[in-house]
Amino acid sequence: MEKWPDNKAWLLVLPVFVIVAFSAIIPLLTVINYSVQDILAPGQSVFVGTDWFKEMLQDYRLHDALWRQFLFSGLVLVIEMPLGILIALALPKRGWGVSFSLVTLALPLLIPWNTIGTIWIIFTRPDIGLLGHGIRSLLGITFDHTARPLDAWITLMMMEVWHWTPLVALLAYAGLRAIPEAYYQAAKIDGASSWSTFLYVQLPKMRGVLTIAFLLRFMDSFLIYAEPFVLTGGGPGNSTTFLSIYLVKIALGQFDLGPGAAFSLIYFAIVLLFSFIFYQALQRVGRGEKV
Amino acid sequence: MARIELHEIAHSYHRDPKGPEDYALKRIHNVWEDGGAYALLGPSGCGKTTLLNIISGLVVPTKGKVLYDGKDVSKLPPEKRNIAQVFQFPVLYDTMSVFNNLAFPLRNRGMDEGSIKARVLEVAEILELTPFLNRRAAGLAADGKQKISLGRGLVRSDVAAILFDEPLTVIDPQMKWELRCKLKEIHEQLKLTFIYVTHDQTEALTFADKVAVMFEGEIVQIGSPQDLFENPEHRFVGYFIGSPGMNFLECTLEGNRALIDGASIVLDDETAAKGRGAQGKLELGIRPMYLEVNPERGNSAVKARVKGVEDLGSYRIVTLNVAGKVLKAAVPEGKNVPENVAWLSFPPEWIRLFADGWLIK
Repeated sequence: MEKWPDNKAWLLVLPVFVIVAFSAIIPLLTVINYSVQDILAPGQSVFVGTDWFKEMLQDYRLHDALWRQFLFSGLVLVIEMPLGILIALALPKRGWGVSFSLVTLALPLLIPWNTIGTIWIIFTRPDIGLLGHGIRSLLGITFDHTARPLDAWITLMMMEVWHWTPLVALLAYAGLRAIPEAYYQAAKIDGASSWSTFLYVQLPKMRGVLTIAFLLRFMDSFLIYAEPFVLTGGGPGNSTTFLSIYLVKIALGQFDLGPGAAFSLIYFAIVLLFSFIFYQALQRVGRGEKV
Repeated sequence: MARIELHEIAHSYHRDPKGPEDYALKRIHNVWEDGGAYALLGPSGCGKTTLLNIISGLVVPTKGKVLYDGKDVSKLPPEKRNIAQVFQFPVLYDTMSVFNNLAFPLRNRGMDEGSIKARVLEVAEILELTPFLNRRAAGLAADGKQKISLGRGLVRSDVAAILFDEPLTVIDPQMKWELRCKLKEIHEQLKLTFIYVTHDQTEALTFADKVAVMFEGEIVQIGSPQDLFENPEHRFVGYFIGSPGMNFLECTLEGNRALIDGASIVLDDETAAKGRGAQGKLELGIRPMYLEVNPERGNSAVKARVKGVEDLGSYRIVTLNVAGKVLKAAVPEGKNVPENVAWLSFPPEWIRLFADGWLIK
């Protein structure tokens, strides 16, 4: 390639650089700066090196929150991925039903996140909530997510599945619609059952969108904050205290900016690491290599 | 193996077809003999693929019946018809190896693994896919992929016919030729009925023993490549087959002469006699390669203006203007082409007369 006589081309990149600097680089550097200092008062701080990292890595409450987080994300993926694919397979393929189902399906995605928490608080209340009251009158059990950890988890999972499965379903549906008709015709001619058609035609062809759905659902569920915060506030006890809730407690609740910053960086590294591992693994599956 | 009969087939994609313009296929009534190599040739949108899908069972025709060896299969789904189809783009199970792709139709039919293996190896040998059997199908080049699609049809020993829907569209020109030869070879070896859909006349004429030319939802002629070239039964066949296509001139008859805007062309007595008995708009047709271009006025010559000359290497295409009509002539290399005014002669044995588009017989 021919070299340009000057470096004016860099000016074109400058706006992007400025935006990224304000949206990502500067905040990240600020966090890194906090993580190595003990801030005693505004304008008064001591350099402490990696002490906060060491302390946070040994914090048993962080460990508990981390395992809880893995359990939560694991359940989310195990339930939402197959359910989303099933819904996508069941959706109509032509006619007015298509737009009707797609819009209906997308409704939960349009509701603000903290509103969702409020909706489910009311929905599950044993006295006035449709679900809570229904369970009590039909089964005689008092369903209470504010008192019993299991109930809190069940409510949280139901809310999460209701809220986000549509995203998986919409992505899977887009993937399904993109499969050329000839593949189905060939499968028919080859005498394939609908199960083998799913296994050897639909699933491999949906790989791209399902990878995206998987990563999005992993990251989002791993970073979940607003919904459990509104619904349970991390309780009962610490049973629904996820990483983000614990982080906010430290950083804003106790105003421990140093440990909070160290925590954020660890958190960030975990999400990045797992997203990378999952992405690589899913790519390999697509190429038919052993994971 | 089977003899495929199409009985008064018509098809419309409209739910409630009214006039003939609603029909993608107007009336198809013909027989594909067992073991024949057929090509279905026509421009895009003429109904070739629809007809193919009716034969394979992917489309149920609005009217008419499909018979395999005399048995009505019109209502049977494709998997019950023992038919195989190769599509325009290679259709593979890309997570599977080449071996598993070829074995897939047999496994679906519950054959035992031992027989499957023997059969797959046999077919892979015919298609020269043996070295790739353990490779993933997705990793092969386009021609290899098309061979796999074909192979999934060939492995089934009971297959009645193999249908090809423009199978060479995505193949490189050099590989196209090789694959076409391979197809012909396989046809001779296995004696299966092959029906090959294409819009490329070279492909159709080199592959098939019999070519069916389709135009606006109808088969206008079925014949050997030579028939189509020398005796096109419809002006569309004349125009579509051959490059450039047949020349057509509107004419009237007077005795055994055809009159075109003052110029007269001598016909042989038989052609003239048949022409006089015909009704409708009369046209005279002649292939560019039979049209003679002379610098001097000879006997019964027609005056023309030379508009342009294209050199194609082995011959030249001369564009001529006769009484406001454009004609093309193929002139052999080495023969002199006049620069401005030329005299054309029409050899009577190569002149065909058409009434309302159809050859007068």
